[in-house]
Amino acid sequence: MAAGVAAWLPFARAAAIGWMPVANCPMPVAPRDHSKRQDELIILNVSGRRFQTWRTTLDRYPDTLLGSSEKEFFYNEENKEYFFDRDPDAFRSVLNFYRTGKLHYPRYECISAYDEELAFFGIIPEIIGDCCYEEYKDRKRENLERLQDDQEENKDMKLPNMNFRETMWRAFENPHTSTMALVFYYVTGFFIAISVITNVVETVPCGATANQKDMPCGERYTVAFFCMDTACVMIFTVEYLMRLFAAPSRYRFMRSVMSIIDVVAILPYYIGLVMTNNEDVSGAFVTLRVFRVFRIFKFSRHSQGLRILGYTLKSCASELGFLLFSLTMAIIIFATVMFYAEKGSSSSKFTSIPASFWYTIVTMTTLGYGDMVPKTIAGKIFGSICSLSGVLVIALPVPVIVSNFSRIYHQNQRADKRRAQKKARLARIRIAKTGSSNAFLQSKRNGLLNELLELTGTEEDEQKLTKTTSLLESQHHHLLHCLEKTTAHEFVDEQMFEQNCLETALQSYPSRSPSISSHDGSMGTCCSRRVKRNTPLPNASVPPAHPVPTHQGPLQELSAIRIQCGDPPSHTASRSNLNLKTDDKGRINCKGGQITTAIISLPTPPALTPDGDGLHGPPQRRPPPPPGHPPAPSIQTTTSSAGTNIVKVSAL
Amino acid sequence: MKAKNRDQSLSDSRELDGSYDQLTDSVEDDFELSTVCHRPESMDKLQEQTKFTKKELQVLYRGFKNECPSGVVNEETFKTIYSQFFPQGDSSMYAHFLFEAFDTNKNGSVSFEDFVFGLSIILRGTINDRLNWAFNLYDLNKDGCITKEEMLDIMKSIYDMMGKYTYPTMQDDTPREHVESFFQKMDRNKDGVVTIEEFIESCQKDENIMQSMQLFDNVI
Repeated sequence: MAAGVAAWLPFARAAAIGWMPVANCPMPVAPRDHSKRQDELIILNVSGRRFQTWRTTLDRYPDTLLGSSEKEFFYNEENKEYFFDRDPDAFRSVLNFYRTGKLHYPRYECISAYDEELAFFGIIPEIIGDCCYEEYKDRKRENLERLQDDQEENKDMKLPNMNFRETMWRAFENPHTSTMALVFYYVTGFFIAISVITNVVETVPCGATANQKDMPCGERYTVAFFCMDTACVMIFTVEYLMRLFAAPSRYRFMRSVMSIIDVVAILPYYIGLVMTNNEDVSGAFVTLRVFRVFRIFKFSRHSQGLRILGYTLKSCASELGFLLFSLTMAIIIFATVMFYAEKGSSSSKFTSIPASFWYTIVTMTTLGYGDMVPKTIAGKIFGSICSLSGVLVIALPVPVIVSNFSRIYHQNQRADKRRAQKKARLARIRIAKTGSSNAFLQSKRNGLLNELLELTGTEEDEQKLTKTTSLLESQHHHLLHCLEKTTAHEFVDEQMFEQNCLETALQSYPSRSPSISSHDGSMGTCCSRRVKRNTPLPNASVPPAHPVPTHQGPLQELSAIRIQCGDPPSHTASRSNLNLKTDDKGRINCKGGQITTAIISLPTPPALTPDGDGLHGPPQRRPPPPPGHPPAPSIQTTTSSAGTNIVKVSAL
Repeated sequence: MKAKNRDQSLSDSRELDGSYDQLTDSVEDDFELSTVCHRPESMDKLQEQTKFTKKELQVLYRGFKNECPSGVVNEETFKTIYSQFFPQGDSSMYAHFLFEAFDTNKNGSVSFEDFVFGLSIILRGTINDRLNWAFNLYDLNKDGCITKEEMLDIMKSIYDMMGKYTYPTMQDDTPREHVESFFQKMDRNKDGVVTIEEFIESCQKDENIMQSMQLFDNVI
């Protein structure tokens, strides 16, 4: 329950007047306000600045420093105030949290200082309100990244106790760590350049010699080029093997892009070595040499810019794909149109639609090679439309698209962020809600436990189990309890509810004889009274509480507890049929495991007799027998009286 | 030219704004609601008219003003506040009926006086006063008698507050049956409606109800 509405609790309790005439059972006793303390102003002196607030304002959050008794440690007797040696500016938001129930993050505040203040006052930052939460998270992330960057910089310092392998790996990854690494870095760079230049020059025609016609240099100076190639590949192979050796995770290294490029770059050479000068495969071999150009990508290890470009392309892949798709659409449309327009003319180069693609692309990108030209009038008209639209389609939107994509990309990131935060926000709201309802269920169990312990008189256990709930909480729980009584139903948590559903589904035939027992079920819930030791009941004709030996079950959650009652002998036999179906849904949540259940006398409210005038036509519910659980023998065997009435007693 | 452009841009902004009412040519003043501020009567007068002490009125007003700085509660806020107390179920219908009961002058908002008068009857009134107030709550159309339909609405709203996760599982006809039993108890002359006299009489005969009415003595 949000503390902001704590002040309206009296109203909510007053509003319960609408339930009273409707309820068929008496209401539970209201919690008393034991400390009839008048609300007082307390002074909080934070580094000289005095804040004042009502005591009840601070009591709203009993699990924080100011709301609990922890603040007594800071009480100053002489001035009758609480003194905190903390930042008064940050304290403003802390105090406002108590007042309004919402925690705000002031933007001028340093994130780590704010976190420290929250930690000091025992407030978890997750409850920052939605208005400030995004800002808070952003700043926090920034801060973390900054700290991380600091940590990374420290990596450059030489760590002691690094073995040879790790040193080598560091040398490869950060060349400026040692001179040796730098030398290696430059040497490999040089050889990559050499290799690329060699590949290029290989194909240049070297000038005619006397006897042969113009031939590329590669064929003229075969040996020289072969030696160069060998040398480069030698270096690359050695480098690759050394990296492979030094890599901390060899498998991961082998999967990385750079290593694949390395392999692809040197493979053609080896394949060429292995293959003989066979005519069939030499064609394929020549193709393989194309892959030598991939050596140029090895430069990306040397160039940061190249890496960034690659990353940008990768991240914009979807946008580029969409651009390509729209262009393809335009191309197909125009190619089709041009094909059908030029179909008529003879000696037309537009032999098919795919053939027209080339024309469309060349025209739209305003290249205009002129190898394919429309000859018919329709073709020329459409051709001009094509080239005009090409200008528009390509030249105009490209910068717009680029900036659009950049904007959309960032927006998307923000939308994702917001969506993720929305989920977090909804989760927080849900947690708060379930927390509130769970608090109620928990207090029910505790309350029931306390009463059991009260009955059996074990004082120490009771003290251990009692949790101090604030008056506000106990009043709120009393309100919910009244609602339960009015409607003759109980709150359960989700798992229990699903369990129940499962059990009721498993019952194939709701048998008729428990029509009265279902009376029992529903009326018993509502109208059974719990006996306090000292207060006698009006028609109590049963022996006082006599304990049944312990039910040593595993410690499990409890929503209601089955308690045996002594039955006045006048009841009909049909009831006893039901009663044998004990179900041990009630397993007691306790520490010692030595809880004794008490027999509780059941007054005979008029509705329980077969001709009851209470609820008639009750829903055919009965306490569902657990599927496949053996009834606890201990409870059954020790009952002496025959027709024991097992009544489900709701908590409290 | 310039003037025209300015008008044009003004009308554009108005259109975009949505605050321009084309029919009446007036700019709807959006600000009216938010600056409405209602101040309650002086504390002395309230003290005379209700049975609360000064301190109690102070505490009540502080809480009231905290949630509703403008001084009046509208139904939405009312429902929001009330729903915070019932996390598991849906309390909006019951809150609606409560709002109707508190809003005695039917102006769509509950001021602090309405609030405090209602509370005074419930928390400080005699049992008869309380029963009267409860009857007023149930009598949705304020015609002096409770019909089965009205009671069914009320009952459904109460059961709605329980939510889905209950034990035993909520059946669809539970509220109806509860209404039947209520009428059984209350409707003396079996004419299908419960009048105020029947109501008070039956309640006075019922121990449980009398006892639970006394719960309200110690709420504040």
